[in-house]
Amino acid sequence: MHIGIDVGGTNTDAVLMDGDVLAGKIKSPTTPDVTSGIISCINTLNASKPNNAKIDAVMLGTTHFVNALLQRAGLAHSAALRLCLPATTMLPPLVDWPDDLRSSIGGHTYMANGGHEYDGREISSIDEIELRTIAKKMNDEGVRSVSISGVFSPVDDSHEKIAADIITSEIPSMKITLSSEIGRVGILERENAAMLNACLVEVAAKTVAAIETAMGSAGLEAPLFFSQNDGTLMQSEFAAQYPVFTIASGPTNSMRGAAFLSGVLDAVVIDIGGTSTDGGMLVKGFPREAIVAVDVAGVRTNFRMPDVFSIALGGGTVIKQNPLVIGPESVGFRLTKEGMVFGGDQLTATDIAVANGATGVGDPKFLSDINDSLAEQAINEIQKRVEDVADQIKVSSHPVPVVLVGGGSILVKNSFQGASDVLRPSNADVANAIGAAISQVGGQVEKVYSLTEMSREEALNLAKEEATNKAIDAGADPASVEIMDIEEIPLAYLPSNALRVKVKSVGNLDTSKQN
Amino acid sequence: MWNVVEDDLESIAIGAGILGTGGGGNPYIGMLRAKQLIRENGPVKVLSPEELDENDYIVCVGGIGAPTVGIEKVRDKQSYYALKAIEDFTGKKATAIISNEIGGSNSVEPLIPASLAGLPVVDADGMGRAFPEVQMKTFFVYGIPAYPMAVCDEKGNTALITEALDGKWVERMARAVTIQMGAVACYALAPMTAHQIQTTAVLNSMTLAKGLGEAVRVARTANEDPIEALLNAHPGKVLFQGKIIDLDRQTTAGFARGQVVIEGMGEYESNKLTVEFQNENLVARLNSEIICIVPDLICIVDTERGEPITTELLRYGFRVTVLGFPAPELWKTPEGLATAGPSAFGYDVEYADLELT
Repeated sequence: MHIGIDVGGTNTDAVLMDGDVLAGKIKSPTTPDVTSGIISCINTLNASKPNNAKIDAVMLGTTHFVNALLQRAGLAHSAALRLCLPATTMLPPLVDWPDDLRSSIGGHTYMANGGHEYDGREISSIDEIELRTIAKKMNDEGVRSVSISGVFSPVDDSHEKIAADIITSEIPSMKITLSSEIGRVGILERENAAMLNACLVEVAAKTVAAIETAMGSAGLEAPLFFSQNDGTLMQSEFAAQYPVFTIASGPTNSMRGAAFLSGVLDAVVIDIGGTSTDGGMLVKGFPREAIVAVDVAGVRTNFRMPDVFSIALGGGTVIKQNPLVIGPESVGFRLTKEGMVFGGDQLTATDIAVANGATGVGDPKFLSDINDSLAEQAINEIQKRVEDVADQIKVSSHPVPVVLVGGGSILVKNSFQGASDVLRPSNADVANAIGAAISQVGGQVEKVYSLTEMSREEALNLAKEEATNKAIDAGADPASVEIMDIEEIPLAYLPSNALRVKVKSVGNLDTSKQN
Repeated sequence: MWNVVEDDLESIAIGAGILGTGGGGNPYIGMLRAKQLIRENGPVKVLSPEELDENDYIVCVGGIGAPTVGIEKVRDKQSYYALKAIEDFTGKKATAIISNEIGGSNSVEPLIPASLAGLPVVDADGMGRAFPEVQMKTFFVYGIPAYPMAVCDEKGNTALITEALDGKWVERMARAVTIQMGAVACYALAPMTAHQIQTTAVLNSMTLAKGLGEAVRVARTANEDPIEALLNAHPGKVLFQGKIIDLDRQTTAGFARGQVVIEGMGEYESNKLTVEFQNENLVARLNSEIICIVPDLICIVDTERGEPITTELLRYGFRVTVLGFPAPELWKTPEGLATAGPSAFGYDVEYADLELT
């Protein structure tokens, strides 16, 4: 059996999964220290399981590390080291960071020799003495964690690795993040993502250790995994090193959990809350990825994040009449006081839904003054806007199942434009925790290959092999690993033979291998 | 005369993205570089073409290489080195800098050497939009030689092209050198007089880029329609509005070729527009009839925010507006069309003026 846990800003939800069957669920308020809330959920579920059953794994999805960034709390004094000289110096590391975030981590930046050209040639060789001098200086400045970013490290990561060895031999306690393990082509965004990771590693190590210790003292031997942004898992020791991979796991788990509860793999998942509607698309069970730079705590990054399309429309959205205006204001959590069906005097989207026959919310008797044609006009407009969200997030015009979750989903009818089916799963309130519990392990590779040295097929095979090995290293059962997606992106404006390849693999968690 | 201050860079980047007609590379990194220098050295002066006089000696600069490489090995001062190399070769000091291309990332490139050398930039460029190759500039169409040219990398390497049969040879040689330099380089070329700029360049294009960007930014802040704001800022027309329903994109010989199909919405409902591109958008077909063709500008923007969308960012489901702007007159002559008209991109179609009414 697996335990899946989602630590949200308000609630910590947990589920007990027996294979594909939901065997138990629990909701409790998120505690300020995070850990005690998690442990109390684990203990409750552990105690509720059948006597002969065993917990094989605990999967955790958490927004804890994003909050650390947003609150600038517990961030390690960190340095960014770029291997680039004599290239790429005009825009130094951290150049586009918010000032207060930069100063809260010390703002130490260094540029040194190293890095590669797009075709794998060196820009310059690594200078060991230079790096030893920099390592000492970092140590003198109180730096405890460093991100190392080499130009074109997605093509060749050897300079980053050599630099890491030199720094570790000089200052053994220094925590190190390599940009080639974090992000893709685009040095500023990849370096930023690596630096966010560098400043989170201390708080991540503490959190992971605290949860594992508490699990141990509760007598639970199962290994601990963390959900990643892309919907796959990483072992806790990886999570301690790569906390940045967890920060967008919330929306991913929510989509995957909702789709799982509905029994579909390819679907649009729409979460209608009090103030907003968020849509995401699952392809073969994994979220469509955003292709543009993603802002995390004011920092521009390029790592893989689920693409979420949002509009300001929810159950609490304010409706104005003559002429009809829907939102964008919302009464939000005050809906149950201010909404008309609850005896308030603010006309909201929820009131419109009830006027059109939705049940189970408030009391329709308060709505006698609402004009039928207004109610019809408004509900049609709301329906159209939600259908639009689904359409914008889809990957083709082909009809797909639409999974509706969230308290505001009563706003929407089952006859849904562009949907092959409309699904409203039960237990959607713990979709995030289920999403964590059903996660698989995966491996991703994005690299630029020079086709002067190898054929396209060889390049693709190398990338596939590396993606497969990454999944196995991450704990996948080797027999179950599949290549999910291959994308080739040749370089424009460059009539030479360079090929950018993106490969994604995924496999089932091999629990027998753990511990 | 006006000054480029930090805040103008955001506007120029949006405007240059629109004038990039889908290509030209993303101006974001160029904008950050210019911002960095303007912070250090103060605003860069922009001279209107009529403010130039007979003593002026104006050098054209630009970046060359693959945009995907440029986001990894970010350009530094290469265009400044190239400017210096041209000055050394000709023995004359430049008095102003001109952009080779107002569309995309090259729009902001002249601000870098201008800031470093303390020179003004001229409010003009050689394209009035984006085109993929070095020789596709109005200067060269009207008799300015495309040499001497200096191509520089970040390491201290300089290649000088002192003579060439024509602009295409300059392009070929410069591209070959650029690949050896790691697919990111900058060049300076074709020093010109005030008269040559006034008669062969696309004039007031920096002001146009800034104006388009400002129109979009103001409309966004005021919750007004950015499309209408764009058309008020520069005469053009909405060719089509709808959503992307199909995308076919492949890269051959250094060109991102392909087409995007847009299904009409609102007054365009039950029609389809196909835009064919080779890095830049080249042809717009309504159902099957051509309604706008290169060198006229075909710009795809996000309908809601007016944000320009480059060909590599096109995606199923995007709500887009396709705008058409007439090409600068210099491109519409027989000589202009021979260099950058439909036939230059392999289309066996006569150019027809974009009708604005």
